[in-house]
Amino acid sequence: MLSKEKHELLRVKAKDIRREIVTMVHRANSGHVGGSLGAADIISALYYHVMRHDPKNPEWEDRDRFILSKGHCTPVIYAALADCGYFPKEDLLEFRRPGSHLQGHPYQPKTPGIDASTGTLGIGISTGVGMALGAKLKKQDHYYYILCGDGEIQEGQVWEAAAFANKYKLDNVIGFVDRNYLQTDGYSEKVMPMDPLAPKWESFGWKVFEIDGHSFEEIIDTIEKAKKEKQPVMIIANTTKGKGVSFMEGEAEWHGKPPGKEDFEKAMLELE
Amino acid sequence: MEYKATKQGYADALKELGHENEKVLVMDADVAKATLTEQFEAEFPNRFFNCGVQEQNMLSAAAGLALEGFIPFASTFGVFATCRAGDQMRSSIAYPKLNVKIGVTHCGISVGGDGASHQSNEDIGMARTLPNMTVIVPGDYEESRLATHAAAKMKGPVYLRFGRDKYPVVPEIHGSFEIGKAKTLREGTDVTIITTGILVNEGLVAATTLEEKGHSVRVVHMHTIKPLDTEAVLKAARETKGIVTAEEHSILGGLGEAVAGVVAENHPCPVQRVGVMDTFGESGQSQELLDLYGLRAPNIVEKAMKIIS
Ligand SMILES: Cc1ncc(C[n+]2csc(CCOP(=O)(O)OP(=O)(O)O)c2C)c(N)n1
Ligand SMILES: [Mg+2]
Repeated sequence: MLSKEKHELLRVKAKDIRREIVTMVHRANSGHVGGSLGAADIISALYYHVMRHDPKNPEWEDRDRFILSKGHCTPVIYAALADCGYFPKEDLLEFRRPGSHLQGHPYQPKTPGIDASTGTLGIGISTGVGMALGAKLKKQDHYYYILCGDGEIQEGQVWEAAAFANKYKLDNVIGFVDRNYLQTDGYSEKVMPMDPLAPKWESFGWKVFEIDGHSFEEIIDTIEKAKKEKQPVMIIANTTKGKGVSFMEGEAEWHGKPPGKEDFEKAMLELE
Repeated sequence: MEYKATKQGYADALKELGHENEKVLVMDADVAKATLTEQFEAEFPNRFFNCGVQEQNMLSAAAGLALEGFIPFASTFGVFATCRAGDQMRSSIAYPKLNVKIGVTHCGISVGGDGASHQSNEDIGMARTLPNMTVIVPGDYEESRLATHAAAKMKGPVYLRFGRDKYPVVPEIHGSFEIGKAKTLREGTDVTIITTGILVNEGLVAATTLEEKGHSVRVVHMHTIKPLDTEAVLKAARETKGIVTAEEHSILGGLGEAVAGVVAENHPCPVQRVGVMDTFGESGQSQELLDLYGLRAPNIVEKAMKIIS
Protein backbone atom coordinates (compact mmCIF):
# COMPACT_ATOMS: atom_id res chain seq x y z
CA MET A 1 0.00 0.00 0.00
CA LEU A 2 1.07 3.49 -0.84
CA SER A 3 1.35 5.82 2.16
CA LYS A 4 -0.36 9.20 2.04
CA GLU A 5 3.01 10.95 2.10
CA LYS A 6 4.38 8.84 -0.70
CA HIS A 7 1.29 9.43 -2.79
CA GLU A 8 1.67 13.16 -2.28
CA LEU A 9 5.35 13.01 -3.21
CA LEU A 10 4.58 11.19 -6.47
CA ARG A 11 1.85 13.70 -7.29
CA VAL A 12 4.16 16.64 -6.72
CA LYS A 13 6.98 15.06 -8.69
CA ALA A 14 4.64 14.34 -11.61
CA LYS A 15 3.53 17.95 -11.61
CA ASP A 16 7.13 19.19 -11.52
CA ILE A 17 7.93 16.88 -14.42
CA ARG A 18 4.96 18.25 -16.37
CA ARG A 19 6.07 21.83 -15.81
CA GLU A 20 9.54 20.92 -16.99
CA ILE A 21 8.16 19.14 -20.10
CA VAL A 22 6.15 22.16 -21.21
CA THR A 23 9.08 24.48 -20.49
CA MET A 24 11.66 22.41 -22.36
CA VAL A 25 9.57 22.00 -25.48
CA HIS A 26 8.54 25.64 -25.46
CA ARG A 27 12.12 26.82 -25.04
CA ALA A 28 13.51 24.51 -27.73
CA ASN A 29 10.50 25.34 -29.89
CA SER A 30 10.66 21.68 -30.84
CA GLY A 31 9.72 18.38 -29.25
CA HIS A 32 6.83 16.15 -28.23
CA VAL A 33 4.73 17.53 -25.44
CA GLY A 34 1.52 15.43 -25.56
CA GLY A 35 2.97 11.93 -25.17
CA SER A 36 5.40 13.20 -22.54
CA LEU A 37 2.69 14.76 -20.36
CA GLY A 38 0.61 11.60 -20.63
CA ALA A 39 3.45 9.42 -19.33
CA ALA A 40 4.45 11.66 -16.41
CA ASP A 41 2.59 9.67 -13.76
CA ILE A 42 4.14 6.36 -14.85
CA ILE A 43 7.59 7.93 -14.84
CA SER A 44 7.02 9.51 -11.43
CA ALA A 45 5.92 6.15 -9.97
CA LEU A 46 8.91 4.36 -11.49
CA TYR A 47 11.66 6.83 -10.59
CA TYR A 48 10.41 7.92 -7.15
CA HIS A 49 9.06 4.63 -5.85
CA VAL A 50 9.40 1.46 -7.90
CA MET A 51 12.83 1.35 -9.47
CA ARG A 52 16.02 0.30 -7.76
CA HIS A 53 18.44 2.94 -8.97
CA ASP A 54 21.17 5.28 -7.78
CA PRO A 55 21.61 8.58 -9.63
CA LYS A 56 25.12 8.87 -8.20
CA ASN A 57 26.00 5.56 -9.78
CA PRO A 58 24.26 5.38 -13.15
CA GLU A 59 26.33 2.40 -14.28
CA TRP A 60 25.44 0.27 -11.24
CA GLU A 61 25.15 -3.33 -12.50
CA ASP A 62 22.20 -4.27 -10.32
CA ARG A 63 20.00 -1.27 -11.06
CA ASP A 64 16.63 -1.63 -12.71
CA ARG A 65 16.64 -0.38 -16.29
CA PHE A 66 14.16 1.88 -18.02
CA ILE A 67 13.83 2.00 -21.77
CA LEU A 68 11.87 4.74 -23.48
CA SER A 69 10.83 2.76 -26.51
CA LYS A 70 8.56 5.64 -27.58
CA GLY A 71 11.74 7.62 -27.90
CA HIS A 72 10.16 10.90 -29.00
CA CYS A 73 9.01 11.50 -25.40
CA THR A 74 12.45 12.51 -24.11
CA PRO A 75 11.14 15.53 -22.16
CA VAL A 76 9.46 13.29 -19.60
CA ILE A 77 12.53 11.18 -18.94
CA TYR A 78 15.06 14.04 -19.07
CA ALA A 79 12.97 15.97 -16.53
CA ALA A 80 12.91 12.99 -14.16
CA LEU A 81 16.60 12.15 -14.59
CA ALA A 82 17.63 15.76 -13.93
CA ASP A 83 15.43 15.97 -10.86
CA CYS A 84 16.84 12.70 -9.51
CA GLY A 85 20.33 14.12 -9.94
CA TYR A 86 21.72 12.14 -12.87
CA PHE A 87 22.89 15.43 -14.38
CA PRO A 88 22.49 19.14 -13.53
CA LYS A 89 19.09 20.70 -14.09
CA GLU A 90 20.75 23.45 -16.12
CA ASP A 91 21.40 20.87 -18.82
CA LEU A 92 17.68 20.93 -19.56
CA LEU A 93 18.17 24.44 -20.96
CA GLU A 94 20.14 22.84 -23.77
CA PHE A 95 17.47 20.32 -24.79
CA ARG A 96 17.62 19.78 -28.56
CA ARG A 97 20.57 22.17 -28.91
CA PRO A 98 23.76 21.33 -30.82
CA GLY A 99 26.45 19.97 -28.54
CA SER A 100 23.96 19.05 -25.79
CA HIS A 101 23.76 15.52 -24.43
CA LEU A 102 20.00 15.98 -24.36
CA GLN A 103 19.25 15.06 -27.93
CA GLY A 104 15.78 14.99 -29.45
CA HIS A 105 15.73 11.22 -28.97
CA PRO A 106 17.53 9.23 -26.23
CA TYR A 107 21.22 8.65 -26.82
CA GLN A 108 22.62 6.17 -24.34
CA PRO A 109 26.36 6.85 -24.84
CA LYS A 110 25.98 10.49 -23.80
CA THR A 111 23.21 10.84 -21.21
CA PRO A 112 23.67 9.45 -17.68
CA GLY A 113 20.59 7.39 -16.78
CA ILE A 114 19.56 6.63 -20.35
CA ASP A 115 19.85 2.86 -20.67
CA ALA A 116 19.26 2.44 -24.41
CA SER A 117 19.21 4.60 -27.53
CA THR A 118 15.84 4.85 -29.25
CA GLY A 119 13.97 7.10 -31.68
CA THR A 120 13.01 4.69 -34.39
CA LEU A 121 9.79 3.25 -33.00
CA GLY A 122 10.02 -0.46 -32.27
CA ILE A 123 13.72 -0.74 -31.56
CA GLY A 124 13.49 0.00 -27.83
CA ILE A 125 11.47 -3.05 -26.87
CA SER A 126 13.76 -5.33 -28.88
CA THR A 127 16.85 -3.83 -27.26
CA GLY A 128 15.10 -4.26 -23.92
CA VAL A 129 14.36 -7.97 -24.34
CA GLY A 130 17.95 -8.48 -25.47
CA MET A 131 19.21 -6.76 -22.33
CA ALA A 132 16.80 -8.79 -20.23
CA LEU A 133 18.16 -12.00 -21.74
CA GLY A 134 21.67 -10.76 -20.98
CA ALA A 135 20.73 -10.24 -17.33
CA LYS A 136 19.36 -13.78 -17.19
CA LEU A 137 22.61 -15.14 -18.60
CA LYS A 138 24.48 -13.22 -15.91
CA LYS A 139 22.02 -14.45 -13.23
CA GLN A 140 21.08 -10.90 -12.24
CA ASP A 141 17.73 -10.15 -10.69
CA HIS A 142 16.91 -6.60 -11.71
CA TYR A 143 13.98 -5.57 -13.93
CA TYR A 144 13.56 -3.98 -17.34
CA TYR A 145 10.76 -1.43 -17.57
CA ILE A 146 9.93 -0.66 -21.19
CA LEU A 147 7.53 2.09 -22.22
CA CYS A 148 5.92 1.67 -25.65
CA GLY A 149 3.49 3.93 -27.46
CA ASP A 150 0.21 2.54 -28.73
CA GLY A 151 1.09 3.78 -32.21
CA GLU A 152 4.52 2.26 -31.83
CA ILE A 153 3.16 -1.24 -31.23
CA GLN A 154 1.85 -1.26 -34.78
CA GLU A 155 5.44 -1.94 -35.83
CA GLY A 156 6.07 -5.58 -36.72
CA GLN A 157 9.32 -5.47 -34.76
CA VAL A 158 7.37 -5.06 -31.52
CA TRP A 159 5.70 -8.41 -32.08
CA GLU A 160 9.02 -10.02 -32.94
CA ALA A 161 10.26 -8.82 -29.56
CA ALA A 162 7.08 -10.18 -27.97
CA ALA A 163 7.73 -13.65 -29.42
CA PHE A 164 11.37 -13.55 -28.31
CA ALA A 165 10.49 -12.58 -24.73
CA ASN A 166 8.03 -15.47 -24.55
CA LYS A 167 10.50 -17.98 -25.94
CA TYR A 168 13.13 -17.10 -23.33
CA LYS A 169 10.56 -16.66 -20.54
CA LEU A 170 11.82 -13.21 -19.72
CA ASP A 171 9.99 -12.64 -16.46
CA ASN A 172 12.31 -9.71 -15.79
CA VAL A 173 10.54 -7.65 -18.44
CA ILE A 174 7.70 -5.36 -17.38
CA GLY A 175 6.38 -3.41 -20.32
CA PHE A 176 3.83 -0.64 -20.63
CA VAL A 177 1.69 0.29 -23.58
CA ASP A 178 0.84 3.96 -23.15
CA ARG A 179 -2.73 3.53 -24.41
CA ASN A 180 -3.73 7.10 -25.21
CA TYR A 181 -5.44 6.16 -28.49
CA LEU A 182 -3.55 8.88 -30.33
CA GLN A 183 -0.57 8.96 -32.67
CA THR A 184 0.80 11.44 -35.25
CA ASP A 185 -2.11 11.21 -37.66
CA GLY A 186 -4.87 11.09 -35.08
CA TYR A 187 -7.09 8.50 -33.42
CA SER A 188 -5.19 5.23 -33.31
CA GLU A 189 -8.12 2.93 -33.96
CA LYS A 190 -8.72 4.87 -37.16
CA VAL A 191 -5.07 5.02 -38.28
CA MET A 192 -4.47 1.31 -37.62
CA PRO A 193 -6.83 -0.62 -35.35
CA MET A 194 -5.09 -2.70 -32.67
CA ASP A 195 -8.02 -3.49 -30.39
CA PRO A 196 -8.60 -5.87 -28.76
CA LEU A 197 -5.10 -5.35 -27.49
CA ALA A 198 -4.89 -7.52 -24.36
CA PRO A 199 -5.58 -10.82 -26.17
CA LYS A 200 -2.84 -10.03 -28.69
CA TRP A 201 -0.19 -9.83 -25.97
CA GLU A 202 -1.70 -12.80 -24.14
CA SER A 203 -1.55 -14.94 -27.24
CA PHE A 204 2.13 -14.04 -27.56
CA GLY A 205 2.70 -15.50 -24.11
CA TRP A 206 2.67 -12.32 -22.03
CA LYS A 207 0.73 -11.76 -18.84
CA VAL A 208 -1.43 -8.68 -19.34
CA PHE A 209 -2.80 -6.19 -16.83
CA GLU A 210 -4.97 -3.24 -17.75
CA ILE A 211 -4.85 -0.16 -15.54
CA ASP A 212 -5.51 3.54 -15.25
CA GLY A 213 -2.12 4.97 -16.17
CA HIS A 214 -2.69 8.05 -14.04
CA SER A 215 -3.38 6.17 -10.80
CA PHE A 216 -0.24 5.75 -8.71
CA GLU A 217 -1.92 3.00 -6.66
CA GLU A 218 -2.80 1.00 -9.76
CA ILE A 219 0.61 1.47 -11.35
CA ILE A 220 2.46 0.40 -8.21
CA ASP A 221 0.15 -2.45 -7.16
CA THR A 222 0.24 -3.85 -10.67
CA ILE A 223 4.02 -3.78 -10.82
CA GLU A 224 4.07 -5.70 -7.51
CA LYS A 225 1.82 -8.33 -9.07
CA ALA A 226 3.88 -8.35 -12.25
CA LYS A 227 7.01 -9.23 -10.31
CA LYS A 228 5.35 -12.47 -9.15
CA GLU A 229 4.69 -13.66 -12.70
CA LYS A 230 6.91 -16.23 -14.37
CA GLN A 231 6.51 -14.69 -17.83
CA PRO A 232 6.97 -11.27 -19.44
CA VAL A 233 4.31 -8.78 -18.41
CA MET A 234 2.61 -6.06 -20.43
CA ILE A 235 0.70 -3.39 -18.57
CA ILE A 236 -1.81 -1.65 -20.78
CA ALA A 237 -1.95 1.77 -19.19
CA ASN A 238 -4.96 3.79 -20.24
CA THR A 239 -3.83 7.39 -20.35
CA THR A 240 -4.83 10.79 -21.64
CA LYS A 241 -2.32 12.29 -24.04
CA GLY A 242 -1.48 15.82 -22.90
CA LYS A 243 -2.64 15.03 -19.31
CA GLY A 244 -2.52 18.00 -16.97
CA VAL A 245 -2.94 20.75 -19.54
CA SER A 246 -6.65 21.01 -20.34
CA PHE A 247 -6.33 22.30 -23.88
CA MET A 248 -3.78 19.64 -24.80
CA GLU A 249 -5.68 16.70 -23.32
CA GLY A 250 -6.84 14.25 -25.96
CA GLU A 251 -5.81 16.56 -28.79
CA ALA A 252 -3.76 14.94 -31.57
CA GLU A 253 -2.36 18.30 -32.69
CA TRP A 254 -0.23 18.48 -29.50
CA HIS A 255 1.69 15.34 -30.47
CA GLY A 256 4.65 17.19 -31.90
CA LYS A 257 3.71 20.86 -31.81
CA PRO A 258 5.71 23.09 -29.47
CA PRO A 259 3.62 25.52 -27.44
CA GLY A 260 4.16 29.17 -28.33
CA LYS A 261 4.42 31.91 -25.70
CA GLU A 262 0.71 32.25 -25.05
CA ASP A 263 -0.02 28.54 -24.82
CA PHE A 264 3.08 28.06 -22.70
CA GLU A 265 1.90 30.62 -20.18
CA LYS A 266 -1.62 29.19 -20.12
CA ALA A 267 -0.22 25.69 -19.57
CA MET A 268 2.08 26.80 -16.76
CA LEU A 269 -0.83 28.49 -14.96
CA GLU A 270 -2.71 25.19 -15.03
CA LEU A 271 0.33 23.39 -13.66
CA GLU A 272 0.78 25.75 -10.68
CA MET B 1 14.77 35.35 -51.11
CA GLU B 2 11.56 33.28 -51.10
CA TYR B 3 11.51 30.07 -49.06
CA LYS B 4 9.17 27.15 -49.70
CA ALA B 5 9.02 23.53 -48.56
CA THR B 6 10.11 20.91 -51.08
CA LYS B 7 7.64 18.48 -49.52
CA GLN B 8 4.87 20.94 -50.42
CA GLY B 9 5.89 20.51 -54.05
CA TYR B 10 5.44 16.77 -53.58
CA ALA B 11 2.04 17.24 -51.92
CA ASP B 12 0.83 19.66 -54.60
CA ALA B 13 1.90 17.35 -57.42
CA LEU B 14 0.10 14.43 -55.75
CA LYS B 15 -3.12 16.43 -55.68
CA GLU B 16 -2.70 17.34 -59.35
CA LEU B 17 -1.96 13.71 -60.19
CA GLY B 18 -5.04 12.70 -58.26
CA HIS B 19 -7.13 14.58 -60.80
CA GLU B 20 -5.13 13.45 -63.83
CA ASN B 21 -4.71 9.75 -63.20
CA GLU B 22 -7.11 7.59 -61.26
CA LYS B 23 -4.47 4.88 -60.87
CA VAL B 24 -2.45 7.13 -58.59
CA LEU B 25 -2.78 6.17 -54.92
CA VAL B 26 -1.03 7.62 -51.89
CA MET B 27 0.12 5.69 -48.82
CA ASP B 28 1.66 6.95 -45.61
CA ALA B 29 2.91 5.47 -42.34
CA ASP B 30 1.49 7.72 -39.61
CA VAL B 31 3.39 10.80 -40.67
CA ALA B 32 0.86 12.20 -43.16
CA LYS B 33 0.66 15.42 -41.15
CA ALA B 34 4.43 15.78 -41.51
CA THR B 35 4.95 14.60 -45.09
CA LEU B 36 1.85 16.67 -46.03
CA THR B 37 0.17 13.75 -47.81
CA GLU B 38 -2.80 14.53 -45.55
CA GLN B 39 -3.58 17.16 -48.20
CA PHE B 40 -4.10 14.40 -50.75
CA GLU B 41 -6.18 12.48 -48.23
CA ALA B 42 -8.45 15.51 -47.79
CA GLU B 43 -9.21 15.57 -51.52
CA PHE B 44 -9.12 11.85 -52.28
CA PRO B 45 -9.98 10.02 -49.06
CA ASN B 46 -10.71 6.78 -50.91
CA ARG B 47 -7.35 6.73 -52.63
CA PHE B 48 -5.30 7.39 -49.51
CA PHE B 49 -4.10 4.59 -47.23
CA ASN B 50 -2.61 5.26 -43.83
CA CYS B 51 -0.68 2.14 -42.86
CA GLY B 52 0.02 3.17 -39.28
CA VAL B 53 3.56 2.96 -37.93
CA GLN B 54 4.35 0.12 -40.33
CA GLU B 55 6.83 1.21 -42.97
CA GLN B 56 7.85 -2.33 -43.91
CA ASN B 57 4.32 -3.47 -44.59
CA MET B 58 3.60 -0.23 -46.43
CA LEU B 59 6.40 -0.72 -48.95
CA SER B 60 5.62 -4.37 -49.67
CA ALA B 61 1.89 -3.60 -49.83
CA ALA B 62 2.72 -0.81 -52.29
CA ALA B 63 4.44 -3.46 -54.39
CA GLY B 64 1.23 -5.46 -54.24
CA LEU B 65 -0.84 -2.52 -55.42
CA ALA B 66 1.62 -1.97 -58.28
CA LEU B 67 1.18 -5.62 -59.27
CA GLU B 68 -2.55 -4.90 -59.51
CA GLY B 69 -1.90 -2.01 -61.90
CA PHE B 70 -1.95 0.95 -59.54
CA ILE B 71 0.70 3.66 -59.12
CA PRO B 72 1.25 3.92 -55.38
CA PHE B 73 3.22 6.81 -53.89
CA ALA B 74 4.40 5.39 -50.57
CA SER B 75 5.39 8.20 -48.24
CA THR B 76 7.33 8.38 -44.99
CA PHE B 77 10.56 9.91 -43.68
CA GLY B 78 13.71 9.08 -45.66
CA VAL B 79 15.36 7.30 -42.78
CA PHE B 80 12.42 4.93 -42.27
CA ALA B 81 11.96 4.05 -45.95
CA THR B 82 15.60 3.18 -46.50
CA CYS B 83 16.75 1.91 -43.10
CA ARG B 84 13.65 0.48 -41.43
CA ALA B 85 12.18 -0.85 -44.68
CA GLY B 86 15.35 -1.25 -46.74
CA ASP B 87 14.74 -4.91 -47.49
CA GLN B 88 11.17 -4.25 -48.60
CA MET B 89 12.49 -1.51 -50.89
CA ARG B 90 15.06 -3.89 -52.30
CA SER B 91 13.24 -7.21 -52.50
CA SER B 92 9.61 -6.19 -53.01
CA ILE B 93 10.14 -3.13 -55.22
CA ALA B 94 13.56 -2.79 -56.84
CA TYR B 95 14.25 -6.42 -57.70
CA PRO B 96 10.90 -7.09 -59.44
CA LYS B 97 11.12 -3.57 -60.88
CA LEU B 98 7.65 -2.59 -59.78
CA ASN B 99 5.97 0.70 -60.47
CA VAL B 100 6.17 2.02 -56.92
CA LYS B 101 7.13 5.60 -56.13
CA ILE B 102 8.75 6.09 -52.75
CA GLY B 103 8.29 9.72 -51.76
CA VAL B 104 10.27 10.59 -48.66
CA THR B 105 10.54 13.77 -46.62
CA HIS B 106 12.66 14.86 -43.62
CA CYS B 107 15.88 14.00 -45.43
CA GLY B 108 19.28 15.35 -44.57
CA ILE B 109 20.64 17.18 -41.56
CA SER B 110 18.04 19.97 -41.84
CA VAL B 111 15.47 17.76 -40.10
CA GLY B 112 16.57 19.80 -37.10
CA GLY B 113 15.48 19.13 -33.52
CA ASP B 114 14.66 15.44 -33.80
CA GLY B 115 18.38 14.78 -34.20
CA ALA B 116 20.40 11.86 -35.51
CA SER B 117 17.66 9.24 -35.24
CA HIS B 118 15.62 11.09 -37.84
CA GLN B 119 18.35 12.74 -39.94
CA SER B 120 18.78 10.68 -43.03
CA ASN B 121 22.25 11.32 -44.39
CA GLU B 122 22.72 7.86 -45.85
CA ASP B 123 19.54 7.29 -47.82
CA ILE B 124 20.81 8.40 -51.24
CA GLY B 125 23.58 5.83 -50.94
CA MET B 126 21.15 3.11 -49.97
CA ALA B 127 18.67 3.90 -52.72
CA ARG B 128 21.34 4.45 -55.35
CA THR B 129 22.99 1.06 -54.88
CA LEU B 130 19.73 -0.77 -55.64
CA PRO B 131 19.55 -1.94 -59.25
CA ASN B 132 16.48 -0.67 -61.15
CA MET B 133 15.97 2.26 -58.76
CA THR B 134 15.71 5.80 -60.09
CA VAL B 135 16.81 8.36 -57.51
CA ILE B 136 15.71 12.00 -57.70
CA VAL B 137 16.71 14.77 -55.30
CA PRO B 138 14.93 17.98 -56.32
CA GLY B 139 16.36 21.39 -55.51
CA ASP B 140 13.34 23.43 -54.54
CA TYR B 141 9.54 23.50 -54.31
CA GLU B 142 8.85 23.80 -58.03
CA GLU B 143 11.38 21.21 -59.07
CA SER B 144 9.88 18.85 -56.47
CA ARG B 145 6.50 19.31 -58.09
CA LEU B 146 7.89 18.67 -61.57
CA ALA B 147 9.92 15.67 -60.43
CA THR B 148 6.86 14.05 -58.86
CA HIS B 149 4.96 14.41 -62.14
CA ALA B 150 7.91 12.96 -64.05
CA ALA B 151 8.10 10.02 -61.65
CA ALA B 152 4.42 9.27 -62.20
CA LYS B 153 4.92 9.26 -65.97
CA MET B 154 7.81 6.81 -66.02
CA LYS B 155 7.33 3.11 -65.36
CA GLY B 156 9.42 1.59 -62.59
CA PRO B 157 10.59 2.28 -59.07
CA VAL B 158 11.52 5.83 -58.16
CA TYR B 159 12.96 7.23 -54.94
CA LEU B 160 11.99 10.90 -54.51
CA ARG B 161 13.80 12.79 -51.78
CA PHE B 162 12.49 15.91 -50.02
CA GLY B 163 13.26 17.91 -46.88
CA ARG B 164 11.30 18.97 -43.81
CA ASP B 165 12.05 22.68 -43.75
CA LYS B 166 11.44 25.56 -46.12
CA TYR B 167 14.29 26.10 -48.57
CA PRO B 168 15.18 28.85 -51.09
CA VAL B 169 13.17 29.02 -54.30
CA VAL B 170 15.64 28.89 -57.21
CA PRO B 171 14.04 30.17 -60.46
CA GLU B 172 17.09 28.98 -62.47
CA ILE B 173 15.97 25.36 -62.11
CA HIS B 174 12.34 25.87 -63.08
CA GLY B 175 10.77 25.18 -66.47
CA SER B 176 11.41 21.75 -67.89
CA PHE B 177 12.35 18.59 -66.04
CA GLU B 178 13.74 15.45 -67.56
CA ILE B 179 14.78 12.51 -65.41
CA GLY B 180 18.50 11.86 -65.82
CA LYS B 181 19.22 15.17 -67.55
CA ALA B 182 21.27 17.62 -65.47
CA LYS B 183 20.67 21.36 -65.71
CA THR B 184 23.66 23.56 -66.50
CA LEU B 185 22.89 26.78 -64.67
CA ARG B 186 26.13 28.67 -65.40
CA GLU B 187 28.85 28.18 -67.96
CA GLY B 188 32.48 28.38 -66.89
CA THR B 189 35.94 26.99 -67.51
CA ASP B 190 37.94 27.05 -64.25
CA VAL B 191 35.91 24.77 -62.03
CA THR B 192 32.54 23.04 -61.99
CA ILE B 193 30.20 22.93 -59.04
CA ILE B 194 27.76 20.02 -59.21
CA THR B 195 24.89 20.28 -56.74
CA THR B 196 21.94 18.16 -55.85
CA GLY B 197 18.89 18.87 -53.73
CA ILE B 198 18.60 22.00 -51.67
CA LEU B 199 22.29 22.84 -51.97
CA VAL B 200 21.69 24.20 -55.47
CA ASN B 201 21.23 27.66 -54.03
CA GLU B 202 24.49 27.42 -52.07
CA GLY B 203 26.20 26.34 -55.29
CA LEU B 204 24.98 29.42 -57.12
CA VAL B 205 26.01 31.72 -54.27
CA ALA B 206 29.44 30.08 -54.18
CA ALA B 207 29.80 30.56 -57.95
CA THR B 208 29.03 34.26 -57.62
CA THR B 209 31.65 34.61 -54.89
CA LEU B 210 34.24 32.85 -57.03
CA GLU B 211 33.35 34.89 -60.09
CA GLU B 212 33.83 38.08 -58.09
CA LYS B 213 37.34 36.80 -57.39
CA GLY B 214 37.84 36.48 -61.12
CA HIS B 215 37.24 32.76 -61.60
CA SER B 216 35.06 31.25 -64.29
CA VAL B 217 32.66 28.77 -62.69
CA ARG B 218 30.28 26.25 -64.19
CA VAL B 219 27.26 25.19 -62.11
CA VAL B 220 25.51 21.94 -62.90
CA HIS B 221 22.40 20.92 -60.98
CA MET B 222 22.16 17.13 -60.78
CA HIS B 223 18.58 16.54 -59.66
CA THR B 224 18.78 12.90 -60.73
CA ILE B 225 21.41 10.87 -58.91
CA LYS B 226 20.49 7.75 -60.81
CA PRO B 227 20.64 7.39 -63.72
CA LEU B 228 23.46 9.92 -63.42
CA ASP B 229 23.97 12.31 -66.31
CA THR B 230 27.48 11.04 -67.03
CA GLU B 231 27.61 13.18 -70.18
CA ALA B 232 27.36 16.37 -68.12
CA VAL B 233 29.90 15.07 -65.59
CA LEU B 234 32.46 14.13 -68.24
CA LYS B 235 31.97 17.39 -70.08
CA ALA B 236 32.81 19.19 -66.85
CA ALA B 237 35.82 16.93 -66.30
CA ARG B 238 37.12 17.72 -69.78
CA GLU B 239 36.35 21.40 -69.96
CA THR B 240 37.15 22.61 -66.42
CA LYS B 241 40.03 21.94 -64.02
CA GLY B 242 38.00 19.93 -61.57
CA ILE B 243 34.67 19.34 -59.85
CA VAL B 244 33.22 20.24 -56.46
CA THR B 245 30.13 18.24 -55.50
CA ALA B 246 27.65 19.54 -52.93
CA GLU B 247 24.87 17.56 -51.28
CA GLU B 248 22.90 17.48 -48.04
CA HIS B 249 23.98 13.89 -47.45
CA SER B 250 27.00 11.97 -46.26
CA ILE B 251 30.06 12.33 -48.45
CA LEU B 252 29.84 8.52 -48.57
CA GLY B 253 27.47 6.93 -51.03
CA GLY B 254 25.88 10.00 -52.54
CA LEU B 255 26.42 12.44 -55.38
CA GLY B 256 30.11 12.93 -54.59
CA GLU B 257 30.99 9.28 -54.91
CA ALA B 258 28.79 8.87 -57.96
CA VAL B 259 30.56 11.72 -59.73
CA ALA B 260 34.01 10.62 -58.54
CA GLY B 261 33.42 7.12 -59.86
CA VAL B 262 32.50 8.30 -63.33
CA VAL B 263 35.42 10.71 -63.50
CA ALA B 264 37.99 8.24 -62.17
CA GLU B 265 37.09 5.66 -64.77
CA ASN B 266 36.76 7.92 -67.77
CA HIS B 267 38.58 11.20 -67.39
CA PRO B 268 40.40 11.63 -64.09
CA CYS B 269 40.33 15.15 -62.65
CA PRO B 270 40.32 16.56 -59.11
CA VAL B 271 37.04 16.04 -57.25
CA GLN B 272 36.25 17.69 -53.93
CA ARG B 273 33.17 16.71 -51.94
CA VAL B 274 31.00 18.97 -49.80
CA GLY B 275 28.61 16.98 -47.64
CA VAL B 276 28.16 15.63 -44.14
CA MET B 277 31.39 13.98 -43.00
CA ASP B 278 31.18 10.34 -41.97
CA THR B 279 29.32 11.17 -38.77
CA PHE B 280 25.83 11.12 -37.30
CA GLY B 281 24.04 14.43 -36.93
CA GLU B 282 22.53 16.02 -33.84
CA SER B 283 19.65 18.17 -32.69
CA GLY B 284 19.55 21.86 -33.57
CA GLN B 285 17.68 24.30 -35.76
CA SER B 286 17.70 23.24 -39.37
CA GLN B 287 19.43 26.30 -40.76
CA GLU B 288 22.10 26.34 -38.05
CA LEU B 289 22.83 22.67 -38.67
CA LEU B 290 23.51 23.43 -42.33
CA ASP B 291 26.12 25.91 -41.06
CA LEU B 292 27.55 23.57 -38.41
CA TYR B 293 27.91 20.64 -40.77
CA GLY B 294 29.62 22.68 -43.46
CA LEU B 295 26.93 22.65 -46.12
CA ARG B 296 27.11 26.30 -47.14
CA ALA B 297 28.45 28.39 -50.00
CA PRO B 298 31.73 29.24 -48.19
CA ASN B 299 32.42 25.53 -47.79
CA ILE B 300 31.97 25.08 -51.52
CA VAL B 301 34.20 28.08 -52.24
CA GLU B 302 36.92 26.64 -50.02
CA LYS B 303 36.88 23.32 -51.87
CA ALA B 304 36.79 25.06 -55.24
CA MET B 305 39.88 27.09 -54.34
CA LYS B 306 41.78 23.87 -53.66
CA ILE B 307 41.17 22.94 -57.28
CA ILE B 308 41.77 26.34 -58.82
CA SER B 309 44.97 27.23 -56.95
C1 LIG C 1 9.87 3.68 -37.18
C2 LIG C 1 9.30 5.03 -36.97
N1 LIG C 1 8.35 5.47 -37.79
C3 LIG C 1 7.83 6.70 -37.62
C4 LIG C 1 8.28 7.52 -36.63
C5 LIG C 1 7.74 8.92 -36.48
N2 LIG C 1 6.89 9.03 -35.28
C6 LIG C 1 7.34 9.62 -34.16
S1 LIG C 1 6.22 9.57 -32.92
C7 LIG C 1 5.08 8.79 -33.91
C8 LIG C 1 3.74 8.41 -33.37
C9 LIG C 1 3.84 7.65 -32.11
O1 LIG C 1 2.61 7.46 -31.52
P1 LIG C 1 2.54 6.66 -30.16
O2 LIG C 1 3.44 5.49 -30.23
O3 LIG C 1 1.11 6.37 -29.90
O4 LIG C 1 3.17 7.67 -29.11
P2 LIG C 1 2.45 8.69 -28.11
O5 LIG C 1 1.01 8.77 -28.47
O6 LIG C 1 2.63 8.12 -26.75
O7 LIG C 1 3.17 10.00 -28.27
C10 LIG C 1 5.62 8.57 -35.18
C11 LIG C 1 4.90 7.90 -36.26
C12 LIG C 1 9.30 7.02 -35.79
N3 LIG C 1 9.83 7.75 -34.80
N4 LIG C 1 9.78 5.78 -35.97
MG1 LIG D 1 -0.27 7.03 -28.60
